[in-house]
Amino acid sequence: MIVETGHYALVLALALALVNSVLPVWGSVARDQRLMAVAPPVALMGFGLVAYAYIALTMAHVVSDFSLVNVVENSHSAKPLIYKITGVWGNHEGSMLLWVLVLSLFAAAVASFSRSMPEDFRANVLAVQSWIAAAFILFILLTSNPFARVAGAPAEGNDLNPLLQDMGLAIHPPLLYLGYVGLSITYSFAAAALISGRIDAVFARFVRPWTLIAWISLTLGIAMGSYWAYYTLGWGGFWFWDPVENASLMPWLAATALLHCTAVMEKREALKIWTIFLAILAFSLSLIGTFLVRSGVLTSVHAFASDPTRGVFILLILVIFIGGSLALFALRAGGLQQGGLFAPVSREGAIVLNNLLLTTCCATVFVGTLYPLALEAITGEKISVGPPFFNLTFVPLFIPLFILMPFGQLLPWKRGDLAGVAQRLAVAFGAGLIFMGILAAWRGGPAVSVILSGVAVYVILGSFVDLGRRLFGGGVSTEMVSQRARGVPRHAFGTAFAHAGLGVTLLGLAATGWGAEKITMLTPGDAIEIGPYQLTFESVVPRNGPNYSELAGRTTIRAKGEVVATIEPAMRFYPVRGMNRSEAGIATLGLGQVYMSIADVAANGAVNARIFWKPLVALIWIGALVMAFGGCLSLSDRSFRVGIARRAHKARAPSPQPAE
Amino acid sequence: MMVARAAALTCLLLLAPLAARAVQPDEIMTDPRLEARARALSAQLRCLVCQNESIDESHADLARDLRVLVRERLQAGDSDNQIRAFLVRRYGDFILLKPPFKFETWLLWGAPFLILLAGGGVLFISRRRLKSLAPATSLSEAERATLEAMLGEEGS
Repeated sequence: MIVETGHYALVLALALALVNSVLPVWGSVARDQRLMAVAPPVALMGFGLVAYAYIALTMAHVVSDFSLVNVVENSHSAKPLIYKITGVWGNHEGSMLLWVLVLSLFAAAVASFSRSMPEDFRANVLAVQSWIAAAFILFILLTSNPFARVAGAPAEGNDLNPLLQDMGLAIHPPLLYLGYVGLSITYSFAAAALISGRIDAVFARFVRPWTLIAWISLTLGIAMGSYWAYYTLGWGGFWFWDPVENASLMPWLAATALLHCTAVMEKREALKIWTIFLAILAFSLSLIGTFLVRSGVLTSVHAFASDPTRGVFILLILVIFIGGSLALFALRAGGLQQGGLFAPVSREGAIVLNNLLLTTCCATVFVGTLYPLALEAITGEKISVGPPFFNLTFVPLFIPLFILMPFGQLLPWKRGDLAGVAQRLAVAFGAGLIFMGILAAWRGGPAVSVILSGVAVYVILGSFVDLGRRLFGGGVSTEMVSQRARGVPRHAFGTAFAHAGLGVTLLGLAATGWGAEKITMLTPGDAIEIGPYQLTFESVVPRNGPNYSELAGRTTIRAKGEVVATIEPAMRFYPVRGMNRSEAGIATLGLGQVYMSIADVAANGAVNARIFWKPLVALIWIGALVMAFGGCLSLSDRSFRVGIARRAHKARAPSPQPAE
Repeated sequence: MMVARAAALTCLLLLAPLAARAVQPDEIMTDPRLEARARALSAQLRCLVCQNESIDESHADLARDLRVLVRERLQAGDSDNQIRAFLVRRYGDFILLKPPFKFETWLLWGAPFLILLAGGGVLFISRRRLKSLAPATSLSEAERATLEAMLGEEGS
């Protein structure tokens, strides 16, 4: 019964989305306040209905209602509760429902928190958001209904793919979707701006916090996904340039570029056309990503052709939304007056260069991901575009960004002095060089790692040069510094942390060059050295989990004779699907990790083991956390909190805005 | 009792359709130089039955066969290029994770440079056009006031 009401709620949500697709736009054209006022409550109601549908599906999974096809195919009564809940989005239908949930969540958020927005603008934003929602709810109802019943319910389900029964999966997709689908709101803002002809600093100011929220979630989501792959796939890799990963990286690159150029548009009224274009592009890439992941086109063009209903539907959505917005863009962009002029050497100039490089990186990933599909479709020839291609093209394009980053932060708007900025960065630059020298002399190792580590140190220090000067510029008494810290806007701290975070990640990536790997057969009692540690493979312990059985290889790690950690890499067997999964044993020691996975357990307890020492590897993900932290700092800046205008107004009243 | 359970479990795990794993100890060559070359080569060869995995990472049986084949060839004294050429003859370009530069792929390899050049060109031209247009028009005081008012409208 609950299931049917959930299904019904989703149909109602579609109806409301259709209402909101028409009335607000009509209102904004006819200048009818009442019609425009329809948008916010309908958006809230739509969110409520989709949330209800989602909860209904979750309930069905939790109580193992095997009369639902979706539950039968992806659940099992013995599956732990947490995976019953996360399993809802561990399959196509459920994940599309989550997609729509996030979509309507953002609409509801705009409806609630943007009361200070010009009314026609907000009405149009919510209308465009409803177009997207309507298209995707229709997609779910017509091709991927999670509420479909099965005649003659089986007593047991088929269980969830063991790879997906993991905490990483619990956190990773919702975060990724918050970012991925969150970009829909920037798209809606851009389309609404084009419709109402309001392409100015107001647009930029209102779109910035939403872009930032999406960017933070996307950053965390990608990082989580990469960590999940790292510890579940069992060979210690964390980024594979897999099309599915690329699908999330492309919107991130576009969102990062957008974040920077909305700043230019807000402060200087420049780059208007480009900003609008990027806002459309970012979400278009999310849509393309959804198409790639959901249509099955990646496995093979032929697999796509054999069951094209879903793929063709998403493709249609894709064409309508990307094509429509680009047509609107072409129609309106010509009449735009370009704003403030700036010298090539200026904050704007640096951001333009940043955008050029980021979009080229993004385009490279796009071409690399889709080229094999296009070639196969056109000539029938199959080629592979793998990590070596991206390492040779993407990486050299990205490195200049690291060099540029601290410069951009220090350059003033309009016109800057390159020599002066270089002088201020001399300390960071010198520190990077010295670090390189020390590393080369002390550790040696691959030249790339040494150089990139130096660059990372330069980026991390360089990110804080501006703040350092503002805080410690004259006199360093605690009182004076804390007083100055209050005067520095939070987004300056945010920028510094976000940039430094990228440097931290780079340091972690560079350090992979000093890692060690051993592949060997171990019998209980064997000892092996890896990096600075000694491992002893103690024994194989059989255990039973709720829906699996496992053999865990207990291993102790010693440093200079002292036991520092015990790990239990395991081979798990999930009887329902007849699948094995290796569970890596990971010990985080300092910022490095000892990583061990086992396979092929023999009767005498001997295992095939893969053991890694990965120095500083934790920095890769810590860097992402620092980036997200910087994003949150910026978000808490009052200049970003356009939604809570009342409070911002009060806060602004007593003290004048800090000068930019 | 415990031992019996353990034995039963072990049997269960052994009988289960165990997937072969990525590089296994018995595949490793005795000459560390050759082994290093084998690893480097395998990382650039695609497992033909997997989704975007190299044979070095893949658990599939075919990947294991290919790893063994690569090592046999290395043992026989083939160069890296000879081995790659041999595999391409057998399986086509699909096996190379780094696509070869040829007629069908020049656009792929050229794309990053073309895009960068095109972007740079557009920037250059638009700058020149902007310069020839009217002088800078920044947000005027009146416009700025309107913006502020708009943002602080609510609650006042």
